[in-house]
Amino acid sequence: MTRPPDSGRRRFLAGSMIAGGSLLLGGCDRLSRSGAMQPLFDASESLTQRAHRLLASRESLAREYAPEDIAPRFRANGTTRPDEAAYQRLAADDFRDWRLRVDGLVERPSEFSLAALRAMPSRTQITRHDCVEGWSCIGQWTGVPLGDLLDRVGVRAPARFVVFHCADRYRGGDSYYESLDLREAYHPQTLMAYALNDATLPIANGAPLRLRAERQLGYKMAKYVMRLELVDSFAHLGGGRGGFWEDRGYRWWAGI
Amino acid sequence: MSATDRTDRRRKPTVIRRHPPFTRLWHWVNALCLAILLMSGLQIFNAHPALYWGQDSRFDAPALSIGAERSDTGELRGVTRLGGWRFDTTGVLGVSGPTADRERRAFPAWATLPGPRWLSMGRQWHFLAAWIFAPLLAAYLLYLVIGGRLSRQLLPRRHEWRQLGSVLWEHLRLRFPRGEAARHYNLLQKLTYLLVLFVIAPLVVLTGFTMSPTLDAAWPWLLDLFGGRQSARTLHFLCAFALLAFFLVHLLMVLASGVVNNLRSMITGRYALPPEKEPRDDTPSR
Repeated sequence: MTRPPDSGRRRFLAGSMIAGGSLLLGGCDRLSRSGAMQPLFDASESLTQRAHRLLASRESLAREYAPEDIAPRFRANGTTRPDEAAYQRLAADDFRDWRLRVDGLVERPSEFSLAALRAMPSRTQITRHDCVEGWSCIGQWTGVPLGDLLDRVGVRAPARFVVFHCADRYRGGDSYYESLDLREAYHPQTLMAYALNDATLPIANGAPLRLRAERQLGYKMAKYVMRLELVDSFAHLGGGRGGFWEDRGYRWWAGI
Repeated sequence: MSATDRTDRRRKPTVIRRHPPFTRLWHWVNALCLAILLMSGLQIFNAHPALYWGQDSRFDAPALSIGAERSDTGELRGVTRLGGWRFDTTGVLGVSGPTADRERRAFPAWATLPGPRWLSMGRQWHFLAAWIFAPLLAAYLLYLVIGGRLSRQLLPRRHEWRQLGSVLWEHLRLRFPRGEAARHYNLLQKLTYLLVLFVIAPLVVLTGFTMSPTLDAAWPWLLDLFGGRQSARTLHFLCAFALLAFFLVHLLMVLASGVVNNLRSMITGRYALPPEKEPRDDTPSR
């Protein structure tokens, strides 16, 4: 007595598994485009942000490395040479006429020249830059702690975010901008950096001034910064999501 | 027809309750999560299709890279490099899609979620599924340990180790324990489930954590544990493929050892012990 061969049944099951798989795939693609998943994605992002805030204290520092860990060449990503005429004019003169404007919800709206920023107490740190694409690069940054700068101008009570307005339009599109909340802005390693590896910040890496937010991914770290604006909400800026890449579907919380 | 034949026919197989409800629920939610995690993970990998060892990326010396090159005839060829080796992987890795419309992409569209190149969407699927996978994994491991299932069902008994060779040999021939012996997991099952549950799955979560700059600040030991963020990324990738390999073997074993019975045990919990004697093909193996 032999058992009936069940190869037909196996074929059926294998077939239904492939069909199920492609249904899942097509379904997920459709769900991605329709936006039906967005509430769940939003919930998962806010869970991530809350968990990160719970685990990482205000002071917990990103790893700092030894000089021998510095990469031979720091990789430049995004815009590497803004072609806006105004920026080109400033660059041609080594940014002597460049001023960082700090305004919005502050007591004393101010302007800082590069020399004035260099004269302020600085911090130098060798840190790892993590790109959202997956690669990492180690470099040494020198700059003014953003918290010091904010204390100079006096942040007014309703302010919740610092917005970084940049000189570049990535691929000729909208102006690049980014935002940090005050907790991350006041983190001791958050710098407005003007030097990379002991040299003046190169244009490819964001000259004359760029943000370093060491507990966030690279797209947060605005380059070619022209203006800091203190706001209570970023809904009125750009696409309303707090940053150039955020307006293109990347999440505002860039902690992972 | 003789009387014994008839009683044989009427004898029902012993049905046991194999999987408790939590195991069943966990299994299917997990299966869905792992499919989404793997495919969205490949989408994320495609944004920078290279792996490194250490703290950062030494771009000129990746451990693995998947790219595209133009051949002498101007044709796009997919090229995968692993250490010093170079493979032409056109059609699957590096360059894929319909012949008329070849596309440069590390993993092909059929393997990624979403299909088209869309990093931000891949990340959203990945983190959503991770938020279901990781807490459920933690809950399930606790349930195994505290509920006693770990020591009762998964930890091998001392005498079992002596059977390692024969169990391995039987599995290679796709012959599985029957009757009372099928009531419990065999040694290979125990070792596989222990490895996947208590080593690879936690590892995939922890290496995922290590890729987060915020979590690295909160838990700097993660970087020391895995030898750097890029090492962790490489391990994350290896763990994902280990889980994929587990899934494929798991599927083969389910198909080979009674697909309906196995599926039913994971849906209703009921598992019929395969009858002791197979009437045909009972080779004198002992």
